[in-house]
Amino acid sequence: MEKELIHLSHISKSYDGSLVLDDLDLKIRENEFMTLLGPSGCGKTTTLRLLGGFETPDAGSVFFDGADITALPPNERKLNTVFQKYALFPHMSIAENIAFGLKISKKSKSYISDKIKYALKLVNLDGFEKRSVDSLSGGQQQRIAIARAIVNEPKVLLLDEPLGALDLKLRQDMQYELIRLKEELGITFVYVTHDQEEALTMSDTIVVMNQGYIQQIGTPEDIYNEPTNAFVADFIGDSNIIDGTMIKDKLVNILGVTIPCVDTGFGQNKPVDVVIRPEDVELSDPPNGFMEGDIVSIIFKGVHYEIEVRANGYDWLVHTTKLFSVGTHVGISVIPFNIQIMNKPESSDEKAVEIDV
Amino acid sequence: MYNFKRQFLSGPYIIWIVGFIVLPILVICYYGITDASGSFTLENIIAISEPIHMKALLLSLKLALVSTLLCLALSYPLAMILNGLHVKHQSFIVFIFVLPMWMNFMLRILAWQLILSNNGILNTVFQALGLPRVSLLNTPAAVVFGMVYDYLPFMILPIYNSMSRIGNDIVDAARDLGCNKFQVFAKIILPLTVSGVLSGIIMVFVPALTSFVISNLLGGGKVLLIGNVIEQEFMQNTNWNMGSGLSIVLMIFVIASMAFMNSHNKEGEGTAVW
Ligand SMILES: Nc1ncnc2c1ncn2[C@@H]1O[C@H](COP(=O)(O)OP(=O)(O)O)[C@@H](O)[C@H]1O
Ligand SMILES: [Mg+2]
Repeated sequence: MEKELIHLSHISKSYDGSLVLDDLDLKIRENEFMTLLGPSGCGKTTTLRLLGGFETPDAGSVFFDGADITALPPNERKLNTVFQKYALFPHMSIAENIAFGLKISKKSKSYISDKIKYALKLVNLDGFEKRSVDSLSGGQQQRIAIARAIVNEPKVLLLDEPLGALDLKLRQDMQYELIRLKEELGITFVYVTHDQEEALTMSDTIVVMNQGYIQQIGTPEDIYNEPTNAFVADFIGDSNIIDGTMIKDKLVNILGVTIPCVDTGFGQNKPVDVVIRPEDVELSDPPNGFMEGDIVSIIFKGVHYEIEVRANGYDWLVHTTKLFSVGTHVGISVIPFNIQIMNKPESSDEKAVEIDV
Repeated sequence: MYNFKRQFLSGPYIIWIVGFIVLPILVICYYGITDASGSFTLENIIAISEPIHMKALLLSLKLALVSTLLCLALSYPLAMILNGLHVKHQSFIVFIFVLPMWMNFMLRILAWQLILSNNGILNTVFQALGLPRVSLLNTPAAVVFGMVYDYLPFMILPIYNSMSRIGNDIVDAARDLGCNKFQVFAKIILPLTVSGVLSGIIMVFVPALTSFVISNLLGGGKVLLIGNVIEQEFMQNTNWNMGSGLSIVLMIFVIASMAFMNSHNKEGEGTAVW
């Protein structure tokens, strides 16, 4: 395990009296690809700006390599940022943009020109030195923004939704390129996105945020397979989230049916959230399954069909590769291992909010 | 069909341009290079070299230059302050600065005549404070004062516009790449506002160079600018030929100064005021 590089310690921040971050505590390790993931407005950019030095927290401290940098201005921090809207300097050529940070830190001419060449190669834009910012596409501008940041050899690269403005194909290409870059450079990435797929693809660690609170920190697998609450489950991929009652250990009641599960320790007759991933729902001919329902819609999604089944007053979301037809009466079953039981949110820390993403 | 429609739509503008811009210029050119009997001569243009005309032209250039520099010195910091304000207040303050432009120009200058005159408001206040009286009216300083007062918004607006177009993220990026606040100004703000400054200079320098009303009212006939000379040729001497000849010379100066500014405007987008 690499050593801890950044510690955001008990950070609070509000704008115009409304709390954006509430007692946020986050540690980032060296060489980690950490992603802050959450719906728009949950405080991701604010967190990143606190790291970059563009905002100061109302309470709490930022530690970098053990030193308190809370009051340090951005130009004195050993990290660089790739901004959401690229923020290239329009009055400079591409080479001048990339050289900007190096010139400010008074590097030699030959060092700078070597660095420009190296950085352009790294982002696959050799020969673009003399081009103007205007003449570049969005994807190219974003690569230049990345090149401009990394030539300064920061210990940490902060990226705020850097692929947000690109189209799907380009976004996917850039995702792979970013992973490659991170491996080549061996530096820490703190990456902000609201796109859960992007987060799952690229990250070592995902921090799921909502309304200024951290909901869960974990590897992509942890977050996907073991979401700690209904919000995370809902935000990471599609889920069936059903109100249930824990009858006793390993037995839960949903929609009037009592089924076995593997979770224990929730007490007896306690209200819980039951989360079932759509790919874990199995459809078969009745009377198989613990519940019966009718197929109301089928959408072909390429790899699978997305099917909606109305059963006991709930519309189940099902992903399957088997072909069914609308109106078919089917049985629903889920193996106990794939039934996730979660506590209903009690404090605002765990507040689960219905959102569309 | 489409093309025909487009041409039809541009009709009124063409009539306007021909009738109110091209024709008058042609008329001035005609008068400028003919004498009273209508035969060709360059006398009227060469007349600029007469000492009294030369003196007026040089004074005009000098006062226009001083006014422009003063406007610039006042406007740039002001635009920076404006731009730094909370967005909510910004448009209101800009509105305040533009407000005088909606008042009749003559009225504003007449008001200054009252304020600056020997028994005017300024001296009354000075006297009440036990300060010595100043006789500002009818001096070149009063003319410069009037020009700065009058043309200031034309300098502020283009500078403020170019400044407000610089995104916060550009400034953040510069800070992020190691700039302190002074470096941000020198390497980002200043170069990106050059186009605004240049169009501001044109917007102030050109009317200041050609003005005759301000010098009439605040200079009291004692400050003779080239605009006053031309006006006198037309109105008092009814020598249209001489007036036109000198106008041509002035026009050459105006065009030269605009060309000079444009050649220094690398951005090539600055001259739009709004
Ligand atoms: N400079 C600011 N002034 C006022 N409110 C702000 C400012 N920056 C962010 N906010 C508010 O803080 C909240 C979190 O914003 P942000 O961190 O940008 O969210 P995210 O990046 O996750 O979408 C939002 O409600 C936003 O409106
Ligand atoms: Mg954001």
